[in-house]
Amino acid sequence: MTPPAARRSVLTRLLFVLAVLAGLSPLAAAAVDDPAEMLPDPRQEARAEAIGAQLRCLVCQNESIEDSGADLARDLRHVVREHVAKGESDRQIMDWMVGRYGNFIRLRPPLTAGTLLLWIMPVLALLVGAGAAFLSFRRSRPATPVPLTDAERARLSDLTRPR
Amino acid sequence: MNDTVSSSTSLTRRRVLMAAPLVIAGAAGVGFWRMLSGMTQGSFDPHDIHAPALDRPVPDFTLPDQAPGQGFGAADLRALTRPVLVNFFASWCIPCVAEMPVLNALKDRLPIWGIAYKDKPGNAAGFVRRAGNPYARIASDLPGLTAIDWGVSGVPESFLVGPGGIIRWHTAAPLGDETIRDTLLPLAASLAR
Repeated sequence: MTPPAARRSVLTRLLFVLAVLAGLSPLAAAAVDDPAEMLPDPRQEARAEAIGAQLRCLVCQNESIEDSGADLARDLRHVVREHVAKGESDRQIMDWMVGRYGNFIRLRPPLTAGTLLLWIMPVLALLVGAGAAFLSFRRSRPATPVPLTDAERARLSDLTRPR
Repeated sequence: MNDTVSSSTSLTRRRVLMAAPLVIAGAAGVGFWRMLSGMTQGSFDPHDIHAPALDRPVPDFTLPDQAPGQGFGAADLRALTRPVLVNFFASWCIPCVAEMPVLNALKDRLPIWGIAYKDKPGNAAGFVRRAGNPYARIASDLPGLTAIDWGVSGVPESFLVGPGGIIRWHTAAPLGDETIRDTLLPLAASLAR
């Protein structure tokens, strides 16, 4: 049994961590949801957010520019909104970004010869897994025992003969 | 007879199955070792996978003066007849501070034009004066939007601009003596010819 005092201190620590996390989350959200950044037209703003969600923040990586609080991400969000306000299509804005930062900026890489392995990996993994499962099931089936030879049968009856 | 054949093939199969993970782990180890040694020698830079600006003319821009230098724009770079190194820097960037002595040692062999990225003009001027100015010209990109047109993701970042304003080489890492000796200067010499 854990002594009550120890349990209480664990609980206190847990509560402290939760309180810190709860205190941090509005700060993290505020980095992106600054109303001054948003476009006045909610439809355009939604489009800009959808485009931004597909663009990698280049300094933090594996985070979209919509999720990042980095300076460069803020600048890129601003650029996306400028282009949306000008009435450009999603494709045009994406091409503008790729022209400057390459396919690296796209969180969803295009299907090319270089990314083929990446795209078919789930299918490959499924096939390899299914193959391994099939082989192991087949092997685990008990094999029919080979019948004893005459010599073995004689030795067995010799060993088990009651004395 | 049949039994001994099947047991010897199953033994071989078992040996192959046991060796397979070792071979895969060994191959992965060699791969990682080559990647890491490439990173220490500077021949492999994982951040350098994006460089769409290469072999294209510099993007359109005009930037104001940054004390103590004179600003420049795309027209100035396109009018070049000899190669120039364009270096994005900032006073708030620690690797830039470390890069300054390297740039100062390079400036007599290859002209360097600086662009202060998202830096207050006063801070950038003080930084350049303290470090010893390696730049033939300095421009200020306070909003950081010209840097986006160049595909800059952070400072320091350097571009070798050849005659006619064509970007010939790029690195997103601070310049080191080895890179300068083995890559940058030979390339600049071949472009100047």
